[in-house]
Amino acid sequence: MAGNTEPLSTRAKLAVTAGKAAAAVSRAAGRGSGSVIGGRVALKLDPELLARLAHHLDVVLVSATNGKTTTTRLIAEALRAGGEVVSNALGANMPAGITSALAGGSSARYGVIEVDEKYLAGVARDVSPKAIALLNLSRDQLDRASETRMLAEKWREGLSGTDAVVVANADDPLVAWAASSCPTVVWVAAGQEWKDDAWSCPSCGGVLQRPGDDWFCGDCGFRRPVATWALSGDYVVAPDGVAWPIQLQLPGRANKANAATSAAVAAIFGIAPKNALDRMYHVQAVAGRYDVVQYQGRDLRLLLAKNPAGWLETFSLIDGPPAPVILSVNARSADGTDTSWLWDVDYTRLAGHPIFVLGDRKLDLAVRLEVAGLDFHVCTDLAEAARSAPPGRIEAIANYTAFQDLRRLIGN
Amino acid sequence: MSDSSLRLVWVYPDLLSTYGDQGNALVVERRARQRGLDVTRIDVRSDQQVPTSGDIYLIGGGEDRPQRLAAERLRRDGGINRAVANGAIVFAVCAGYQIIGNEFINDLGRVEPGLGVLDVRSVRNEGARHVGDVLADVDERLGLPPLTGFENHQGNTVIGPSARPFARLRYGGGNGTGDGTEGAWCDTVFGTYMHGPVMARNPQIADMLLKLALDVNALPPVDERWYEALRAERIAAASQPA
Ligand SMILES: [Zn+2]
Repeated sequence: MAGNTEPLSTRAKLAVTAGKAAAAVSRAAGRGSGSVIGGRVALKLDPELLARLAHHLDVVLVSATNGKTTTTRLIAEALRAGGEVVSNALGANMPAGITSALAGGSSARYGVIEVDEKYLAGVARDVSPKAIALLNLSRDQLDRASETRMLAEKWREGLSGTDAVVVANADDPLVAWAASSCPTVVWVAAGQEWKDDAWSCPSCGGVLQRPGDDWFCGDCGFRRPVATWALSGDYVVAPDGVAWPIQLQLPGRANKANAATSAAVAAIFGIAPKNALDRMYHVQAVAGRYDVVQYQGRDLRLLLAKNPAGWLETFSLIDGPPAPVILSVNARSADGTDTSWLWDVDYTRLAGHPIFVLGDRKLDLAVRLEVAGLDFHVCTDLAEAARSAPPGRIEAIANYTAFQDLRRLIGN
Repeated sequence: MSDSSLRLVWVYPDLLSTYGDQGNALVVERRARQRGLDVTRIDVRSDQQVPTSGDIYLIGGGEDRPQRLAAERLRRDGGINRAVANGAIVFAVCAGYQIIGNEFINDLGRVEPGLGVLDVRSVRNEGARHVGDVLADVDERLGLPPLTGFENHQGNTVIGPSARPFARLRYGGGNGTGDGTEGAWCDTVFGTYMHGPVMARNPQIADMLLKLALDVNALPPVDERWYEALRAERIAAASQPA
């Protein structure tokens, strides 16, 4: 199917043109990149546009609670070894944003698409993907998103008949449950530090036993699938047993896991691990994440952590004490308006770091840190935090809109 | 208390720990230790027996299926019922609040028996889900300042004759029955829809449980600065809903 240049219908072309016009108007009006509104207009004119746009592409879908934007970038980079790639690199991951991204890639061979967890099954039906990467599922924005287990159930139902090769994380029981109904699965032992959403068997509700890295249900026998790919320290082990070193500019264990999954996806398209991994090295900051920026004479590393699992992975990649840490938390609608997730994050991991607290909900964070028995400083703004922090690179960890606030302030 | 250590039991974190519920255990534990008390925290998974010798039992919220599984296992276990009969203290939130009552509607749409240690009965609210900040005045017999919390639930709870409302709503959905009540209590058993978690915003609830457990009228003061600042902010926010 790749390289097929079957022309779009007149209706589809009209929809793409109208969408581009709407996006241009939105950009001119200063409402951001315009990609979402453009896609929305186009989809309204031609509801099957997504399917049509994807028709000539080899499509890869990427979904997860955490790491989907980065993994989409890594896979896109790897697949460029085989041809042109179109991707929703800016993270507009609902149908309108996806439509808009694909509309810009008429000559591409591959479409590498990040999909919001709630829309995965529907998008997978529309675009007939060749591969679907499923990384992890954990609690996120409980006041507005679906419950985690329900999402796994939705994936399981929606993907049960898919023709795609599903590349799934064997170490996340919810992902394993979701993927185990798919006809073709490549299992990756990609690890998952966060365990608190899967103590209960997704199949029968029994208590999951978790000796070492293994997991299984003593009641129904549902267990960790045997993986053919594995992340092992700084290496990805391919099905033939060869271990390839993972070298990334992106920090942290979670990104190594993302690279391992990306290598497994690239292999489906005939791209060898070494070639894929070499290309992944070139991915730097992703939408500002992991960027080290200058602010008031200080080096700040910007780290996005949106939910408890994300905070846990972030704590494992920051510089050790006495590196100063800025924490910023908002609870606007894009973040979820409930801050109770703060209590699922083990902040005692920050013991020994000088801590500076910011954001709309800095008082929620202050109580959380006080109960964790940590010393901290509540600051009025970033300038005060940067001024007060002792020397050294500052690790600035923020949730979604707080992260955007930091980037805006810094002019990044 | 059974011995010199305060036994704090956190019930079924594998099934009932969705909304930062661990926070209540952390706040009780912290405020007890700040008063120089020795605390033993016992996290009981749903394949383990619930100890009957605990002083304070905390039960959290959960999704619909885990709620049913937790109710089945707790009924079979019987530990909480025996502990309450011995005077133990129970504080339950959201799904846990429904479980300690007489019955609730489970994920299959059927009536599920609860533990019956609090005289309430819960049904599914057919209207919109209750989500948002809540402000309420606590039953004056309990001597607590106004209750501030965050709710996110689809249940409605009717209070029976042997329980009393925990608080009267100023803002929010609470028990959802239209009678302006939030939560319920009787003797040493308390239930609420407030998470947030509720003790982070209302540390006096943690102190109330400690006083009941220790059988004292007062506790040494602790630094309330950040709790007070958070309370003031959230009370103001609830008074001016967005
Ligand atoms: Zn099972």
